[in-house]
Amino acid sequence: MDFFTFLKPRNELEGSQSPAESMPFIPDSLWVKCPACGNMLLASDLQENNRVCTKCDHHFRMSARERIAMIADEASFTEFDSNMQSTDILNFPNYKEKLESARAKSGEKESVVTGKCTIDGIELVLCVMSPDFMMGSMGTVTGEKITRAFEYATAHRLPVIVCTVSGGARMQEGILSLMQMAKTSGAVKLHSDAGLLYITVLTDPTTGGVTASFAMEGDIILAEPNALVAFAGPRVVEQTTHTKLPKGFQKAEFVRDKGFIDAVVHRNDLTDTLAMLLKMHSTKEARE
Amino acid sequence: MSAYDKVQAARDSKRLTAVDYIGKMFGGSFFELHGDRRFGDDRSIVAGLAMLYDVPITVIAIEKGRNTKERLMRNFGSANPEGYRKALRLMKQAEKFHRPVLCLVDTSGAYPGIDAEERGQGLAIAENLMEMMTLKTPVLSVLIGEGGSGGALALAVADEVWMLENSIYSVISPEGCASILWKDSSKAPEASECLRLTSHDLFDLGVVERIIREPSGIDDRKMFEGLKMLIARTFDKNRMLDPDKLIQARYSRFRKLGNNIHV
Repeated sequence: MDFFTFLKPRNELEGSQSPAESMPFIPDSLWVKCPACGNMLLASDLQENNRVCTKCDHHFRMSARERIAMIADEASFTEFDSNMQSTDILNFPNYKEKLESARAKSGEKESVVTGKCTIDGIELVLCVMSPDFMMGSMGTVTGEKITRAFEYATAHRLPVIVCTVSGGARMQEGILSLMQMAKTSGAVKLHSDAGLLYITVLTDPTTGGVTASFAMEGDIILAEPNALVAFAGPRVVEQTTHTKLPKGFQKAEFVRDKGFIDAVVHRNDLTDTLAMLLKMHSTKEARE
Repeated sequence: MSAYDKVQAARDSKRLTAVDYIGKMFGGSFFELHGDRRFGDDRSIVAGLAMLYDVPITVIAIEKGRNTKERLMRNFGSANPEGYRKALRLMKQAEKFHRPVLCLVDTSGAYPGIDAEERGQGLAIAENLMEMMTLKTPVLSVLIGEGGSGGALALAVADEVWMLENSIYSVISPEGCASILWKDSSKAPEASECLRLTSHDLFDLGVVERIIREPSGIDDRKMFEGLKMLIARTFDKNRMLDPDKLIQARYSRFRKLGNNIHV
């Protein structure tokens, strides 16, 4: 068996180009090409920098587990409903296969991971969506897990942080996935009416039924730089209106400037920002 | 009738639209209220006060228009954020004056335009979902034609949701679904079957409480009289409930949707 057998398989994010010849020999798979600036990055550097390009600050997508590890205090995360998974209730073409390949690709059972943890010692409920699972599409189990997480937070008087990434409602579960928009919104409203804090972190892309429900319902809405935040995606808008889209349309900074996002936060500042916001809402006065 | 026949019936340009329903059920008692008091007046949404027998109610309806001129004015029944905000303003007003709210839904979807996105279409829908869930007055939604995704749901978080027999309600248009599934929007008939979007499908899935049979002949007076009576009876029943109980029931109604399909 030669050395290369041990290398992990190449994924689509990894470039095929060799690094400059002057560099010491490093196998290709340890390099990642930044899709924004084209620079070759050492995979380990990228990982250490929270998957943000060290050359141009492009934010690569991040798995739910990576994000939880970044945000939550070490070993503080306890997962809820980790075994809950969708079934193909409508007998929709190819859905079973799609679910299986999503599970294999992501290592998750559904498109959201929920649980409780602490950030800088403050207890909260954390929900993180997974871009590797059908691009975070919202099925009934996604809605059910988020609803349960909010109900838990309301019952235990805890703040909630949801990190979104989603192509929208999951077509393969038909009308029942649409109903998750109403269900989750109801759970958010009851949590809000109990005087509790809800922060959303919108990451690339957050669209469709997730934007039109819990993503936009936070007391404080943060977004990662350059994240697409839309109800109708840019292609649909372009096809409907036959108009050239404005520069930066539906990017986080654009949506912030239109008045719908509180702040765009660099991923390397995200944990500190969340800790600061949680702290400002954990005074006795704020919690009463 | 196949699922796609139903889709076509729901979209038929000769189908009665929301203003027909308002005219036939409330006649001259309807008084239209305009504007969201924030940005403008969205003509895709017709809203106002009406007398349901001797009870004043708030009516909020998505209107597609009955001819080309009207359809242009109504943006073909695709609302902008200010339309949903007008709806929310009038729902809050109804809550203040303890008036029941009747929503009539007929839309292919919320408008996917540049302006709509810039003015927060996603947020406008999200706010309606949240606020309707805890509105302390009876809410009833009737789908009379197309129920297109989030744009329809934004007026359909209610104590009960009813559908006209030949109306549809779907997470995505059959054309959109077909082009994602098979890269071919002409396969909409097949997609219509997969999506389970007919009134009978939705009744079986527990998403709607009642199907309103449509008249086969020209005389639709009976249907409107019957519908009006059913609406009045439902409001009467729900007005008796303690508002907190009403909200609890509304939340449970949605809470149970899709919580039984996981393993």
